[in-house]
Amino acid sequence: MQALFGQLLVGLINGAFYAMLSLGLAVIFGLLNIINFTHGALYMLGAFCAWYILQSVHIGDFQLGYWSSLIIAPLVVGAFGVLIERTMLKRLYKLDHLYGLLLTFGLALVIQGVFRNEFGSSGLPYDIPPLLAGGFNLGFMFLPLYRGWVVVASLVVCLATWYVIERTRLGSYLRAGTENPALVQAFGINVPLMVTLTFAFGAALAALAGVMAAPIYQVSPMMGADIIIVVFAVVVIGGMGSIMGAIVTGFGLGIVEGLTKYFYPEASTTVIFVIMVIVLMIKPAGLFGKEH
Amino acid sequence: MNKATRSLLALAVAGALAVGTASADIPNNTIKLGVLSDFSGLYKDLGGDGSVVAAKLAVQDSGIEKKGIKVEIIQADHQNKPDVGSAIARRWYDSEGVDAIVDVPTSSVALAVAQVTKDKNKVFLASGPGSSDLTGKSCSPNTIHWTYDTWMLANGTGTAITKHGGNTWFFITADYAFGHALQHDTTAAVEKAGGKVLGSVNVPISTQDFSSYLLQAQSSKAKVIGLANAGGDTINSIKQAGEFGIVKGGQQLAGLLVFITDIHSLGLQTAQGLTLTTTFYWDMNAQTRAFAKRFAPLDKGIHPTMVHAGVYAAVLDYLKAVEALHDVKDGVKIVDEMKKMPTDDPLFGKGSIRVDGRVLHPAYLMQVKTPAESKYPWDYLKLVATIPADEAFRPLKDDGCSLVK
Repeated sequence: MQALFGQLLVGLINGAFYAMLSLGLAVIFGLLNIINFTHGALYMLGAFCAWYILQSVHIGDFQLGYWSSLIIAPLVVGAFGVLIERTMLKRLYKLDHLYGLLLTFGLALVIQGVFRNEFGSSGLPYDIPPLLAGGFNLGFMFLPLYRGWVVVASLVVCLATWYVIERTRLGSYLRAGTENPALVQAFGINVPLMVTLTFAFGAALAALAGVMAAPIYQVSPMMGADIIIVVFAVVVIGGMGSIMGAIVTGFGLGIVEGLTKYFYPEASTTVIFVIMVIVLMIKPAGLFGKEH
Repeated sequence: MNKATRSLLALAVAGALAVGTASADIPNNTIKLGVLSDFSGLYKDLGGDGSVVAAKLAVQDSGIEKKGIKVEIIQADHQNKPDVGSAIARRWYDSEGVDAIVDVPTSSVALAVAQVTKDKNKVFLASGPGSSDLTGKSCSPNTIHWTYDTWMLANGTGTAITKHGGNTWFFITADYAFGHALQHDTTAAVEKAGGKVLGSVNVPISTQDFSSYLLQAQSSKAKVIGLANAGGDTINSIKQAGEFGIVKGGQQLAGLLVFITDIHSLGLQTAQGLTLTTTFYWDMNAQTRAFAKRFAPLDKGIHPTMVHAGVYAAVLDYLKAVEALHDVKDGVKIVDEMKKMPTDDPLFGKGSIRVDGRVLHPAYLMQVKTPAESKYPWDYLKLVATIPADEAFRPLKDDGCSLVK
């Protein structure tokens, strides 16, 4: 029983990353209709930003390095996102989804290749910030404080994002802007700016996940590629446009993966895709998705 | 043409061929060595650029260039993939005139390269990989296995820890040739010393997050968690075991293959007390220290690991044999010559090469110092016991090698 709870908790932690990343993907697809394959590379860029800040900017002590990265890295990567959107993605909105997919996939390969050339493919070490070191003994397992923080922080970020998009006025402008840009623009709202900022926000979310992942998964040029496939499966299962779907499915599938690791570890890397196949056969729009 | 001219021509051709063959044994008086290693992945610090440095130092120290024979060293990254490694080996042997390949720290790649080397009758100086199969069921007359192997590690570290009370084990195993060989050999050693293996889990190579595997090890309640992995995998396992309070909870970590670069990465605070088996330590004696002093500035301050030392010793010995035979083309002949000569180099001391290709030299059981015990940079290990060369490696009769009659 103890071992089961332990694996579930580890699964929850993995689920936190799946949720944050699939949220960014769902936001970008739901509001912009772009299948963003660069998401993994943006996640990796966020982690590298954090590593770089730690290496070169000696602000007092270590702690400041990590905490400031949580804010600086998303801003930097968000700005990079603005650059990508303005120069490249903007031209593809009127075209088929496939073009966006190809462009972002190519971009991801380029970004990853550059970093891999520079840093090699093994991880660069990133330690746990001292404030979050140590842990609690929960009885069935010893929960490292840092991993507990990851779960809580990602829950907060995910729910806050969902709230902004679904329950506030800004969110409603966003949603209206993608459904009928001309009409919304006629009301005086700057739709292209909103779209750019939305993409930047999605990129920033990915970068935030990257910074939080750095102490656990270590910083490596391949970290994005490793996780993006699973995240896409999560988004497909949850429903491509659904924000709440991405969050619930992310955490849920993390737990499922954890359960599989306990009962039949060999299947743990494939179970999410098996579920994806089943869901696609029964409900192609995804568990929470709306039929287009 | 008439008979006389023909015989004269034949004589001339024969003469030319005779002269030609003599110098064709070392074509262009150049020996070409290929350092095939992991330059970008989890083993890049224990091998990689340092292996090239070690090879170059060996060439310098052999004095062979003063005798008119040039040695060219090239390098390539096998990325820990057997298909990439064997493709590079094939290309090197077929179209780039490479005579011998050295290093290859990844066992699965090494097994593939050994096969290619045998097919092309070249020489494989396996100074990097661990799998004891290289001198066992996959032995070859073209391979010499230097430095260490999984049997030696199992019987060094495994036996020592079991005899000291760590009699129940759980393995976290890198899921490829090396990890399996290490787990297999260590299980045999543990059981021979009276211990029991409670379970194991296979982990893909280059895994970053060991949390779920460490949890399984924890819930097995084994006294010892055997880490049948190396390089970056070992570093991550040990770091994360610290995070999850595994050692605090009373279980012991057994790093079955630990390099000095791993300890440098972990820091003494985390790594202190770890027991490991090695055949080379830079601070052992004056000669090893002298080597380290030359090596470190050439490899970003990294002090030589036993893999680096292995490259040096292997290249030195290979050049000796090639010079003695004045032949670089017949791989089996060169390897046989190396098996005839005793080995003697400043890093491993005196040793010998067995008929199965295994190089015999003493092994050392060492322990990682506490931060207080370490007096200068890279002062990480203290000697616990010396295992003599004839005991350190698997007996010939247990090999399963076809070369052993």
